[in-house]
Amino acid sequence: MAAVVAAGAALALALAGCGGSKTPSSNSSSGAAAYNAAIGKVAAVSTKKGGTLTFADSGDWDSLDPADTYYGYSWDFIRLYGRALTMFAPKPGNAGVQLVPDLATSLGKPSDGGKTWTYTLRSGIKFEDGTPVTSKDVKYAVERSLDKNVFVNGPTYFNDFLDLQGYTSPYHDPTPGKLGCKCIDTPDDHTIVFHLIKPFGGFDYLAMLPATIPVPQAKDTGIKYKEHVVSTGPYEFDTNNPGKNFSLKRNPNWDASTDPNRTALPDKIEVSLNVNSDDIDNRLIAGDLDVAVEGTGLGTAAQGRVLADPNLKKNTDLASITRLWFSVINPDVAPLDNIHCRKAVEYAVDHEGYQRAYGGAVGGDIATSLLPPTIPGHKDIDLYNFKSKPNGDDAMAKQELQACGHPDGFETNISYRAERPKEKATAESIQQALAKVGIKLTIKPYPLGDYAKLYAGKPDFAKNNKLGIIVYGWGADWPDGFGFLQQIVDSRVIRAAGGNTNLGIKIPEVDQLIDKALSTTDASARNAIWGQIDESVMENAEALPGIWAKSLDYRSPNVTNAYINDGLGGFYDYAWMGVK
Amino acid sequence: MVLAPEPPAGDTTTLSGDQLPAESEIRAIEGRSLGRIAWSRLRRDKVAMTGGVVVVFLIVVAIFAPVIVKYFGHPPNEFHQQFIDPELQTPIGKFGGISWKFKFGLEPQNGRDLFSRVVYGSRISLLIAFLATGLSVTIGTLLGVTAGFFGGWVDAFISRLMDVFLAFPLLLFSIALVGVIPDHAFGLHGDSLRIALLVFIIGFFSWPYVGRIIRGQTLSLREREFVDAARSLGARGSYIVFRELLPNLVAPILIYTTLLIPTNVLFEAALSFLGVGVAPPTATWGGMLSDATTYYTYPYFMLPPGLAIFVTVLSFNLFGDGLRDALDPRAR
Repeated sequence: MAAVVAAGAALALALAGCGGSKTPSSNSSSGAAAYNAAIGKVAAVSTKKGGTLTFADSGDWDSLDPADTYYGYSWDFIRLYGRALTMFAPKPGNAGVQLVPDLATSLGKPSDGGKTWTYTLRSGIKFEDGTPVTSKDVKYAVERSLDKNVFVNGPTYFNDFLDLQGYTSPYHDPTPGKLGCKCIDTPDDHTIVFHLIKPFGGFDYLAMLPATIPVPQAKDTGIKYKEHVVSTGPYEFDTNNPGKNFSLKRNPNWDASTDPNRTALPDKIEVSLNVNSDDIDNRLIAGDLDVAVEGTGLGTAAQGRVLADPNLKKNTDLASITRLWFSVINPDVAPLDNIHCRKAVEYAVDHEGYQRAYGGAVGGDIATSLLPPTIPGHKDIDLYNFKSKPNGDDAMAKQELQACGHPDGFETNISYRAERPKEKATAESIQQALAKVGIKLTIKPYPLGDYAKLYAGKPDFAKNNKLGIIVYGWGADWPDGFGFLQQIVDSRVIRAAGGNTNLGIKIPEVDQLIDKALSTTDASARNAIWGQIDESVMENAEALPGIWAKSLDYRSPNVTNAYINDGLGGFYDYAWMGVK
Repeated sequence: MVLAPEPPAGDTTTLSGDQLPAESEIRAIEGRSLGRIAWSRLRRDKVAMTGGVVVVFLIVVAIFAPVIVKYFGHPPNEFHQQFIDPELQTPIGKFGGISWKFKFGLEPQNGRDLFSRVVYGSRISLLIAFLATGLSVTIGTLLGVTAGFFGGWVDAFISRLMDVFLAFPLLLFSIALVGVIPDHAFGLHGDSLRIALLVFIIGFFSWPYVGRIIRGQTLSLREREFVDAARSLGARGSYIVFRELLPNLVAPILIYTTLLIPTNVLFEAALSFLGVGVAPPTATWGGMLSDATTYYTYPYFMLPPGLAIFVTVLSFNLFGDGLRDALDPRAR
């Protein structure tokens, strides 16, 4: 009973939070589905419990283990069976990018200039077997996530930011209890203190990572733990057939009064793995399936079918995902070492053509800078008339070519990932557009698997093969300037050996601003700096923004409480859904 | 040397006719060389002639592609996005946007003229198929004749070499090879390098098919009386190979050339389909098919390149079959 009340209350809260004049009743009474009904508001609001929510995945999870997962949809789904210290607010619209405490009672308290972060755990939280969760379980969970030999998939943020003092893994830890890392203190069962090696104002985002989901040391089986993760969330594992399917049932030891962030409406959750992706689309449309768990949107075939039929289109949501499709204008390659030549490229590109390569308006909005609008700190920057001249500003491009000493244009190459038809279309579109001002591009496809390691992401290779424009894309681990920008614009992450995520953006001013942002603990001041960084990259014309991606998701008429959470990166909030 | 090349052993009935002529008949039959006999047979074969006419037509189209496209189409890489529905990404209008201006319709998304791309695609397909066939037939004939004529350890070595080549996983190998070859190699770059590479891969790995047949033919020819006669008259090995054997091998070489070309057209299309062919935006039939698969719910876009491949392969095969019947009637 308590669960119903809590869920209902939280729901009302969320609806109020969505802002504007929309009242809960106007949403719930409408009932009928509508296009984008789950964007900025919750569609099919309900507090009805029971039923089975079915998911399907065209591939397989990287891992169900909280220490070993890096898939965006997994970070969404994992909240059904695990509680991290913080999480994104379960609210539609812009409110969803704010962090709220989950396992903790409040967000982290910084001290020592952002080098020490303290959290207090809620009381009354238990594992599925009834054992109370203590701060030591959180410490152990973070410690084990440090071992990248055992857990190869997970992110390395804790490895990078914690003051490890040589600590590697609890599996090689001689201290009793395996809690030997000096990087985390647990003064009592409800307090956990993280010590960082350098100030990091955005530590609350790290506290959101699945690696902070508590793991009982006695039940840890290392790499095999993923076969039965011990739940702290509203559901626990019922069956698990790796590579085929798994199901979750209610966790009797989850107490709704400790959890304002989840509705826990369905009785059962079933997930099928390795299902053909067109099959997923068809079953979703036929109503045999509730959610395509990957959240990558409908495939091209189903998309065409759904958009052409208003009865199906009303069940879709065009969700902004925190992903940017863009190209790097490589300053290592002459004549693009001249800023005017780079600006000529910015002006001449057909931005609508770039958008069309990704499926037109369904693929996303024309990007005028790097930071997507859903990320705090986003500024409207449009230095090269992308909006007023969506097909390219040839006059300005010619003027810049004049300034760079190549009035008749020049020749260079454009690379893309061979396995991606959309990137191929992008390269062809840019080639056509630049030809209008005399810039002649030769198209170079490279294999996707080694694009970063051996080809475009290897500075020597890109320079020697004159890859002047590198078609690329980037998604944020979380919607924040650091999560989105740092890896693609910080010149200090470029390694000569290859495997880079920054494909050639080297601006000293940007590096300085990044350091400043890292040590700023005030969120709004920090976000403003990320906006400045974005602007600086655009002023230097080293990145050619393409589109801020969207995905056309199908919202099954069977599900209730569906809404797109911007914090999770444009997925439906799986911990909020129910079934009719 | 007075020894003229022996009339090929292909047609024994004509031979016996030549050997027992009445005075008046000589004049009528005299001019009928092997080629003319074959030609008259071929001309009566309507199916083969249709194939042949289509083959000639395709070659003309490939050679004059720029002219054809200038008068009947648009530049093959030019975008026409104003004719594309921005939401569905498919051409506005029925049947893929077919109209007088766009005879085969438009490509989805970027709106390139499918007619022009099919016409230009024929250049790549035929060029690679012809050159690769030429390469494999040359290598196959040389090594096949050598193996068959010299026999012994030479034959054993070449035959094992053929086995090795035939056992090669060619498709996987070509995908790997195209991946590792740099952009500038052997003094070539861009499309010409890719074409050269494809010609090499396809040609160099399909010679054993020709080689085996030539070897077999040489083995049987080498025991024939006219070869013995030449040898007993003191002819050297090279003379026998080039003046006695090769003219008699022209028929099988020609037949296998015409039958190998369509196979190579298909192979090139397969490689382009898999993305290891000529780099975009250059139009290739296989590449166009691969692009069309993204829009498989609108199967129309597969038709123009698919039909082009189908017609080319079919007409070469029909022509090749007819040629075999004409040159070697016993093989019927």
